[in-house]
Amino acid sequence: MTEPITWTCTGCALLCEDIQVYIKDNRVEKVEHACLKGKARVYGCKHTAMSTVDQEEVDVNNAISQAAEILEKAKNPLLYGWSNSTSEAQVAGIELAQTLGACIDSTSSFCQGITINEIINGNVPSCTLEDVREKADVVVYWGADPMSSHPRHLSKYSYFPRGELRQRGYEEDRTAICIDVTQSRTAKISKGMFFSILPGGDAEFMRALMDGLAGRVPKLSYDFDVKRILELAAVLKKAEFGVIFAGLGLVYSIKEEFDLISEFMNTLNRFSNFFLIPMAGHFNMRGFNHNLHEETGYIHRVGFTKNGPVSSVEYSVVEQLKHGADAVMVVGSDPLASLPLSISRRLKDIPLILVDPCSNLTTRVADVTIPCGVSGIEVGGTAIRLDGKKMDISPLMQVDGLSDEMIVRRIMEEVS
Amino acid sequence: MAFAVALLSRTKQYTECPPLMEEDKYIDSRQKLEIILKPMEGAEETGLIIHEELCSGCGNCVVACPVNVANDPYGSGRGFGPTNEKVIFRVENGKVKAANVKECRRFGKDRILCRACIDPCPTEAIEFV
Repeated sequence: MTEPITWTCTGCALLCEDIQVYIKDNRVEKVEHACLKGKARVYGCKHTAMSTVDQEEVDVNNAISQAAEILEKAKNPLLYGWSNSTSEAQVAGIELAQTLGACIDSTSSFCQGITINEIINGNVPSCTLEDVREKADVVVYWGADPMSSHPRHLSKYSYFPRGELRQRGYEEDRTAICIDVTQSRTAKISKGMFFSILPGGDAEFMRALMDGLAGRVPKLSYDFDVKRILELAAVLKKAEFGVIFAGLGLVYSIKEEFDLISEFMNTLNRFSNFFLIPMAGHFNMRGFNHNLHEETGYIHRVGFTKNGPVSSVEYSVVEQLKHGADAVMVVGSDPLASLPLSISRRLKDIPLILVDPCSNLTTRVADVTIPCGVSGIEVGGTAIRLDGKKMDISPLMQVDGLSDEMIVRRIMEEVS
Repeated sequence: MAFAVALLSRTKQYTECPPLMEEDKYIDSRQKLEIILKPMEGAEETGLIIHEELCSGCGNCVVACPVNVANDPYGSGRGFGPTNEKVIFRVENGKVKAANVKECRRFGKDRILCRACIDPCPTEAIEFV
């Protein structure tokens, strides 16, 4: 057996840095410690993307020139995706958007962007996953099911491991709480501390919990044992180091009144010591928010106008795809598979460029497809973990193809 | 009754019962036993069965197993992948694998009914028979 390489997994935003990969003849032979998601990432695409123009196979240089021509001709181009790219590729994408006067947005636009914005702007306290492992005694999974979305979350950081201040691990030193609309795999781990709420009822439950924390009798519009809310409030109050993992269930449910999150955290922290971590999905989704914030002061939905960068809903991928953009470049995403058809339908009516290592649903309608190396496998760089920690990503193997960063920079050379 | 106990503790196989195998009147009972005992075929010496098709490789069992923690406190015990070969559970190619099963607390003279790997499994991929 060959000597293993220690690798940082890019299967999800946990970025597990203890993966051992055995490689022989530039092929993966075995992978240790990675979950099924990580394993799938290591073994790469089932079908690699081809370099095409109008669905005909062409030389990659021709595809890049065609992409540059489309973007140059467009009056209102949109650059979208980025959450599966390294930070270096994201920075190149932001520069390209600036050069073109384009809109740029990522998958965070309809994901955890709103939560990350609150954290970056200092409205909500957050901590690192190492803090969680060493110190946390109460962990709350709210609208999140990490056992399905981030399989090693509980075993590596949040519940099972022994930490500096939690030597007895989950058995005595930690309490896991799950608040969700469904009895998920994570709810199964939380056992007696699973709180089943109604779909869309997160805000109501949060207010009831705030009442419980303040010593008032909680009120809910549906039948729920008030004593259980008071018990939960008591557990939260006693926490020495508590963490709330905010999942998409929570974010989607209360996005219209998102100030409630900071109000809830403030209330909680009058009695206790709580932090919030967003459950970002793609491996560098948070990286895009940080990189764009550094360049423009905004985390997503940015339009580079004559008056400088502007951020508003108008520049979001959803609004742009509905009735704004007249050309789209997608990097490392599959909008036809991930967005509702009512929004993604327009992609077949406007010029579409796709930069991706794998063949997917969107490649079937793309006018130009440019294959790139898989980030973290064939392409290295840096990424930002879901808690905001910067991580180095080393490539596992050498390949001859171009990285997404190189492709974006080549397009930039041709348009400028 | 003694044979049934031996069967359950896996010191004997049902095929070692002559009447069951030879007499036609026990054909139904034999078929029922085959079905009941089928899950025990893949079991380790401790009775451990891993249903790989259910496992997501989350590693909860790797970190929760007290033997893993005792034998690898700074690896498995801290949430990382195992750093030595003394552990019972480790994840390979996205699925949990068992080794050193004689170290399991369910094995040997002073065995106990430990459930530390079963309870944390969200997919019920681990069972003991």
